[in-house]
Amino acid sequence: MSVKFLSRAVLPLGASLAFLLGGCSKEASPDIVIGEVASLSGGTAAWGKAQNDGVKMAVEEINAAGGLLGKKVKLLTEDDQSKDGEAATVTKKLVSRDNVVAVIGEIASKKSLEMAPICQKAGIPMISPGSTNPKVTEIGDNIFRVCFIDPFQGTVMAKFALSKGWKTMAVITDVKQDYSVGLTQFFKEYYTKNGGTLAVEQSFSTGDKDFKAQLTAIKAAGVNAIFVPGYYAEVGLIAAQARELGIDVPMCGGDGWDDASLIKVAGKAVEGCFFSNHFSTEDSSEAIQGFVKKYAAARGGEKPSTFVALGYDSANLLFHAIKTAGTTDGKAVRDVLAATKDFPAITGVITLDAQRNATKSAVILTIKDGQFVYVETVKP
Amino acid sequence: MEQFAQQLLNGLFLGSIYALIALGYTMVYGVLRFINFAHGDVFMLGAFSGLYLNRWLGPMMAGLHWSISLTVIMLLSMAICAALGILIEFLAYRPLRNRPRLNVLITAIGVSLLIEYTGQHPAVFGATQQSFPALIPANNIALTSNLAVTNTQMIVFVTVIMLLVALRYIVMKTRMGLAMRALSLNPTASALMGVNNSVVISFTFGLGSALAAAGGILYASLYPSVEPFMGIIPGLKAFIAAVLGGIGNIPGAALGGLIIGVTETLVGGYSSVVGLPTGYKDGVAFVILILILLFKPSGLLGKTEREKV
Amino acid sequence: MKRYQAQFALLAALLISFAVSQFSGRMNDYYLDIVLTAGISVILAVSLNLVNGHTGQFSLGHAGFMAVGAYGAAIVSIELGPQLQRIFGSGEAGVGISFFIALLIGGICAALCGWIVGVPSLRLRGDYLAIVTLGFNEIIRVILQNTKPDGVFGGALGLGGIPATTSIFWAFGAAAVCIYVVSSMINSTWGRGFLAVRDDEIAAGSMGINTTRYKVTAFVVGAFFAGVGGGLYAHQKGAINPEGFNFLKSVDVVVMVILGGMGSTVGVILAAIVLTVLNEYLRDFEQYRMIIFSLLLIIMMIARPQGLLPATLFQKKGRAA
Repeated sequence: MSVKFLSRAVLPLGASLAFLLGGCSKEASPDIVIGEVASLSGGTAAWGKAQNDGVKMAVEEINAAGGLLGKKVKLLTEDDQSKDGEAATVTKKLVSRDNVVAVIGEIASKKSLEMAPICQKAGIPMISPGSTNPKVTEIGDNIFRVCFIDPFQGTVMAKFALSKGWKTMAVITDVKQDYSVGLTQFFKEYYTKNGGTLAVEQSFSTGDKDFKAQLTAIKAAGVNAIFVPGYYAEVGLIAAQARELGIDVPMCGGDGWDDASLIKVAGKAVEGCFFSNHFSTEDSSEAIQGFVKKYAAARGGEKPSTFVALGYDSANLLFHAIKTAGTTDGKAVRDVLAATKDFPAITGVITLDAQRNATKSAVILTIKDGQFVYVETVKP
Repeated sequence: MEQFAQQLLNGLFLGSIYALIALGYTMVYGVLRFINFAHGDVFMLGAFSGLYLNRWLGPMMAGLHWSISLTVIMLLSMAICAALGILIEFLAYRPLRNRPRLNVLITAIGVSLLIEYTGQHPAVFGATQQSFPALIPANNIALTSNLAVTNTQMIVFVTVIMLLVALRYIVMKTRMGLAMRALSLNPTASALMGVNNSVVISFTFGLGSALAAAGGILYASLYPSVEPFMGIIPGLKAFIAAVLGGIGNIPGAALGGLIIGVTETLVGGYSSVVGLPTGYKDGVAFVILILILLFKPSGLLGKTEREKV
Repeated sequence: MKRYQAQFALLAALLISFAVSQFSGRMNDYYLDIVLTAGISVILAVSLNLVNGHTGQFSLGHAGFMAVGAYGAAIVSIELGPQLQRIFGSGEAGVGISFFIALLIGGICAALCGWIVGVPSLRLRGDYLAIVTLGFNEIIRVILQNTKPDGVFGGALGLGGIPATTSIFWAFGAAAVCIYVVSSMINSTWGRGFLAVRDDEIAAGSMGINTTRYKVTAFVVGAFFAGVGGGLYAHQKGAINPEGFNFLKSVDVVVMVILGGMGSTVGVILAAIVLTVLNEYLRDFEQYRMIIFSLLLIIMMIARPQGLLPATLFQKKGRAA
């Protein structure tokens, strides 16, 4: 190929492409347009779909009740395909092409970290339903979340473990998930400071199937309990293999356990284990039971997962803020959001602190006869 | 000491599955001199066909002993995957015979991605994990107080040995096996001697894929959760096992599988003792690969081959 | 004049991308993102083409080198950014020089890794190289993932808050440099060795060509530009993590090279741009995208292994690329 060809064809092509794409028109929508980023396909599609279900439910409700500020709410959902780098692109699409007034998303902290600088720069509020890593809201003062953060959840489980009298524990962390690494870090901090001993620290990666090497090492240490801050797919296998090796101590973990398939894979192996969660579908409060019933009616009797509830809460918190601000102006909505106090949500009463993180209670569940059973609520 | 013995056992069971998959790589490499990238995906398809066969046939075989229904499901899914393997070879690889090796490798990667992404589509298997039914009723066998194996592991191990012996018999004692060996020595000469090379190649693919399917079902019985991408990592590790043992060499593949399984388990079990993260065990197989290629590219049991011009 | 044609083309390309860059502020961020992605894809595809196309090796680890470059450049920007800007000033020029240094360091780290991986594995035949590079990709990911969450590498969460410095000038300027370097290498007398290695390694060796040296050179240069591409990517997205540079990312680049035509620089450039833009338009068909691409790979290899726009299409009398 001649280099001349380049100067003649390729570079002008690139340049003209830039200009061609550059010409776009901004038109005012008669509706209030809200953006949502979720992983609707790919490896984490289950969470993304749950979040999307919750947000959609809230949007339908508000439109049925007459909309916001006299306008209808229009939801634009973009799929980040569970792929890294995509969340940034689709957020830019929502923010600069579709001119959304706010963005809801993502569940995974890595994705939220891609989205946050874009929303921050554009001055648009962003609410993450499920990113628990503290770094997410540190990006800027337009970034909020409705879930508690890793330090809180890690501490809750450490306190719970100590209250159960587990003096020596083992921990097995999923190094592929920042969520798991974060929980371990804060669990360890509180647990060891308050008289507990972490006898062994082991790790694995999402997608692993064989955990016997790590579990054999844990067994040799002779611990009272094992902290497994992973996601249900691996936790199920870990529990099953631990029992096969003759480890019969209880296990505990975080909200990553919350999925019916945990029990399908692990069966009896997770009986009597504990995990912390954002809410319990068994909670007798009217709001939660109403939400569970409404979801079940729409989804053929299925129970809503945590991420459905968090998606629902994010959307409702946003609607509340827009209503209170009386405008969709980014700065005004942001200011109202930042002052959120005692907002009654499905996953607890939300108060946003100075770091724009939700302070709210966690619940602890146990597995009994193949069901998730409510144990207690831990206040912040 | 007992902990070490337990770790060795863990590694042995894991390695026996790698060995089973490695055989498929080695056989195909033996006759065609190329890496069948899609082998790990046939392994995945084997696990999924086991899942669906159990869903459809399970109720019919409810009254039978589990060993009978396991055998039926295993044989059926081996047959399905053998047919698939022959089909893949016929459609994708056969048109490329005598083309540059690189083209065949790219095609193999294409086939692998095609199977994975078709499987990931919601209309096929979907991207999320599904739990695999317990074809073998779980039962712990405690050897001593600190040494435990499950009957699943024992059955898997015995099945692997049986399949290895059967394979050895086919390759060494049957006419087809003779033809396979002739083909791997010299394709032109074997054709001249009256061997129908195409039939032998199809047979090799079928046999390799059947073994992969068996591996898939056994693997899913040990680790009961299946998803469309589950074949990539075991497939790669099995390939490394095949290279380690000397690619094209059947006992070598079995040995390589065991070595990889045991090393990986030991690194996982003891790396925290020397202050390394246990997560490094995922990289062990690849480090072994690079080392073996550096120091003994022909593998432990392989013969050095001179490339002819 | 004709002698310096290539140099003029490079200069022109740099000037055009600089000029366009001045107007990019008026552009919609989303479209700008696509254009930048296209520029980075060109760098990745052209550099991989040097290894897979021109030299006839097969690397499946391009994303691994990209990761090294991305982390290298991002760490320089995050950790040393303030110091560098104190030296060079925090104006546009100062930021530019600091960014240039970051990209360069990222590229050099990647090139070093390329050398370490390349020297042992390039003595082997092509299909082993594919697996070794894939393995390298995995090892990089495993190492990065197992770092401390509050350390410089950020563990599984990766790095966030990387300054968004990548602009049209940087992306397309780097792409132009990459194209210039690769084309000049291939079109030089010395560079014919790459093609000789591809066409017949044994014959090339017996003609006295040091085949391993050519392969390693191609591999190291390819890794360097993959690293630069990774650095640009990090400063475009603002956040990176180990999982983002997995095997499937490498496959994306391989698809560009194969569809464009292995060994055809123009074909590969066009494929990189078209596929990037196409991916955006076909966002709703994501679930079919990889099914179609993998089918295309198979069909292409059977029916048209030279690619859609093979090198011969652009050949003039006596000139091959």
